[in-house]
Amino acid sequence: MLITDLFEETYLAISANKVRSGLTILGIVIGIGSVIAMISVGQGATGSIESNIQAMGSNLITVTPGTQRSFSQVSSGRGAAQTLTLEDADAIAQEVLSVQAVAPELSRRYQIVAGGKNTNAQVDGTTTSYPDVRNVEIDLGSFISDQNVTNQSKVAVLGSIARDDLFGEGANPVGQTIRINGINFKVIGVNKSKGGTGFGSQDDMVFIPLTTIQKFLAGANYVSTINVQAESSQVITQVQADITNLLLQRHNITDSTLADFSVISEQDIVGAASSITNTMTVLLAAIASISLIVGGIGIMNMMMTTVTERTREIGLRKAIGAKRLDISLQFLAEAVMLTFLGGIIGIILGGVLAYGITLIAGLATKISLFSIILAFSVSAGIGIVFGYWPAQKASKLNPIEALRYE
Amino acid sequence: MVMIEVKNITKIYKSGNVETKVLKGISFSINNGEFVAIIGPSGSGKSTLMHILGCLDTPTSGQYFFEGREVSKLSDDELADIRREKIGFVFQSFNLLSRTTVLRNVMLPLAYANFPKDRREEIAKKSLLSSGLDEKSFNHLSNQLSGGEMQRVAIARALVNNPALIFADEPTGNLDSKTGELVMETFRKLNEQGRTIILITHEKYIAENARRKISIRDGEIVEDIINHNHNN
Repeated sequence: MLITDLFEETYLAISANKVRSGLTILGIVIGIGSVIAMISVGQGATGSIESNIQAMGSNLITVTPGTQRSFSQVSSGRGAAQTLTLEDADAIAQEVLSVQAVAPELSRRYQIVAGGKNTNAQVDGTTTSYPDVRNVEIDLGSFISDQNVTNQSKVAVLGSIARDDLFGEGANPVGQTIRINGINFKVIGVNKSKGGTGFGSQDDMVFIPLTTIQKFLAGANYVSTINVQAESSQVITQVQADITNLLLQRHNITDSTLADFSVISEQDIVGAASSITNTMTVLLAAIASISLIVGGIGIMNMMMTTVTERTREIGLRKAIGAKRLDISLQFLAEAVMLTFLGGIIGIILGGVLAYGITLIAGLATKISLFSIILAFSVSAGIGIVFGYWPAQKASKLNPIEALRYE
Repeated sequence: MVMIEVKNITKIYKSGNVETKVLKGISFSINNGEFVAIIGPSGSGKSTLMHILGCLDTPTSGQYFFEGREVSKLSDDELADIRREKIGFVFQSFNLLSRTTVLRNVMLPLAYANFPKDRREEIAKKSLLSSGLDEKSFNHLSNQLSGGEMQRVAIARALVNNPALIFADEPTGNLDSKTGELVMETFRKLNEQGRTIILITHEKYIAENARRKISIRDGEIVEDIINHNHNN
């Protein structure tokens, strides 16, 4: 038989039993549809987490204090070390290659008062380059200047939520005064809202010069984080290694496992987050594929019934010269055609479901070419797997028995 | 020229420990262009004999030569090749594909023979016309036809591959006597055109159509005669 004959036969057989074929492929449609929808939810989640992390700053490397060990070997816990200094930040800026900008910061929570209102927010002492490094944009006024840092000026830039809390939504507080821990600060700017980043909102913060927080509020010399922006994503690993070496040298530590700081790149965080969401995607797809298997069994069930029903037809086809392969290909083609049709409709259904999920639940979804190709090959594969046995059964029928069959 | 030669063929069916000897050593030969009726009551083994002669089954023992070639030991697919190229079947219950047009039914053997697509329709139409079917019914679905028409379609299908040998298994069994007579008329004409026909029946008056009559009873040939009062 020619391939085109096979297609014609398959088409005629399927269209001869439209209702039954339709009901049978429903299992595959639902299976493929849910796999597509689930993968799209998973990949959408990955995408939105990645973009949230990107929003923290592009090509960002953060240096945070590690564990400080006293002479008695009692660990005070990660992040407690007070060994990172402004000088370390300056050294990174000057000595490490491919560094775009460095923004050290020291942050603490304080009660902040403005007029009759007050809030408890994070006060972040930092330098001029912070907006570049952390992707912060200025809405009103200006950010902290170099001069502010040098002069230990008592000026403050408000995050949009801090502004809303202290002055009311959308107010322009530039020029007004706020009190942080009892000290007056002049508001010089307001940042644009960034939305939640999942790691603490930068909108609910007040920014003041690093030197000011060190001298007047914290009374300490260290910094809590050094933000470093690498020039490009290709050099991040190199910059990360260079910073580690530089700081080990500056802190006189020879064993890198005892380092009193840690250097984490944004890529590390993205990597960790994507491995979580990938696991979630696989889990969702695995659950959905159970329905695909159920659908496949439905196909096998129908093919078995079809073979029994058409026993006489198979006998006749053999009598007029069909070989075993002709018969088994015919039934296999029917099964594959059914699952293939189910696959196409399922992909459309999955797309509609994904759209509905975005619309109703507000979850980001993303249908990738990969998931479509996967769905197609899985559905065709199911046709072959679950059609094989019925096709074999048909091809092995004895023509005489088949012709006698009532 | 000898077309079919069987030598001492037997067929034994086993079911569990019980062996049923359906054919008990049958030998005869049929020449090209003969019109032979194999007649016998039900259970006589005539259908089993036809299945073996028609390459649908193989004998338990004995030899079967088809056009000089020993076919009793061939595989399923090799038998399929012979059926496709040399043999046409007409069954009692027509065995047309339902919900399929008359034309497609007749073109089906051509598809298995890998005939070029563009020539199939022409050959099938020719075959339909020569078995006495009206052109108007070519695109009807086969289950919309009357019994007589269905059997003509079945004959056309058996003829479409231009086979050397045609088997007719109780071809009039499901037809009234008038249409049955018309169908037999068709077979007589085909025989006059030189085709070899083997007719299997249990009814004597149907067997009268054939020139030669082989009677079978309990798996053995009891009579092999030339029909003198043949109506030709």
